[in-house]
Amino acid sequence: MLAKRIIPCLDVKDGQTVKGTNFLQLRQAGDPIELGKIYSQQGADELVFLDITASHEGRKTFTDMVQKVAAEIDIPFTVGGGISELADVERMLSAGADKISINSAALRRPQLIDEITHRFGSQVCVVAIDAKEDENGWTCYLNGGRIPTERNLFEWAKEVNDRGAGEILFTSMNHDGVKQGFACNALHKLTSMLTIPVIASGGAGKMEDFRDVFTQGHADAALAASVFHFGQISIPQLKEYLKVENINVRI
Amino acid sequence: MKIAVVKYNAGNVFSVIHALRRLGVEPLLTDSVEELQSADKVVFPGQGEASGAMRYLQEHGLDRIIPSLQQPVLGICIGQQLMCRHSEEGNVDCLNIFDVDVKRFIPARHEDKIPHMGWNSLQIEKPEGIFRNFKGGEFVYFVHSFYVPVSEHTAAATDYIHPFSAAMHKDNFYATQFHPEKSGEVGQRILRNFLEL
Repeated sequence: MLAKRIIPCLDVKDGQTVKGTNFLQLRQAGDPIELGKIYSQQGADELVFLDITASHEGRKTFTDMVQKVAAEIDIPFTVGGGISELADVERMLSAGADKISINSAALRRPQLIDEITHRFGSQVCVVAIDAKEDENGWTCYLNGGRIPTERNLFEWAKEVNDRGAGEILFTSMNHDGVKQGFACNALHKLTSMLTIPVIASGGAGKMEDFRDVFTQGHADAALAASVFHFGQISIPQLKEYLKVENINVRI
Repeated sequence: MKIAVVKYNAGNVFSVIHALRRLGVEPLLTDSVEELQSADKVVFPGQGEASGAMRYLQEHGLDRIIPSLQQPVLGICIGQQLMCRHSEEGNVDCLNIFDVDVKRFIPARHEDKIPHMGWNSLQIEKPEGIFRNFKGGEFVYFVHSFYVPVSEHTAAATDYIHPFSAAMHKDNFYATQFHPEKSGEVGQRILRNFLEL
């Protein structure tokens, strides 16, 4: 049986990992390659590196980092941030990334999903969706959660699925950084209607939250950052706990 | 020790090269018949699509050379599929090292997502060769939409929708459907076992 995946996410700016709370206020959390290696040795199933640098020079630094990750780390990893055209995808895959994740670029030009999957295969294409729930339902946001769109989460997720993406990485902006658990209801709705795997993001605070995201949200994978970076939850401990809770994890 | 990695149009081979370097060997990426024949071991990697890959191998004469190799050969992912008789992917005849046909996964339930992507466990059928000192239950990383059915050549089986060949072995030919180069410490043990054959 396919194992449920635990994925630490590393936000990278100018070669250093950072993590925001509710997408604001960045705090330092170390060297991305060393951190990635530690997570891999501890039993992380995949890694995600997000480039949150805007400058051209920062991009170059990030590409160099991707090459080092590929040389030194022996589990799959996804890179995202600032990927807006096929050439960016090509550059990241050539640097050794296994998958790329796109977000705003896909919302602005959904055809990009078709282009990536046609050229490189569906398995390389992760579409990240940042969404927030209010009285009108779940709305998708652009630019790291700064700009609201007209898109509804579930409609957009279905379109992403049908365009051939390999996975969806769903971040609930209501839950992100709050550490009170994942958006299990929305996740359950997503996993019931989609035919591709869903990675849950936003809200991990304690080990029970990971159990719930798998048993109630039916997520295929759970992504978190600060609980791992600041040592509140250790991956070996988390996996032992999930195993006892009858969740199939790789140990 | 001279390790050759077969060069062809099958996606990113650098992860395999990095994994071999981490084990202390410097592999040679080549499509030269002489280099492949004189290597101590040959790795036949790949991601990508079967019919296009077969066409490239034929154009470079590699479709005749690879089955005739005498040293240990390790096919990975599409490499394993190309070592079979025929593939449903692009409906193409392959190298026929293993006399079985490659099939497309057909989902049986909503949970059966294609491609089969992620970590799944091994049931070891032949605890020797690349699986020396393996007990079964080890997790390895898969990404694939086509599979090789279980046969007498199955060295390890994995269950997804139904059991299939996670790894194969016949004479000097070894193959894995999963990616040992992306399978952490378990994958490293498999590659080290191959290098020590």
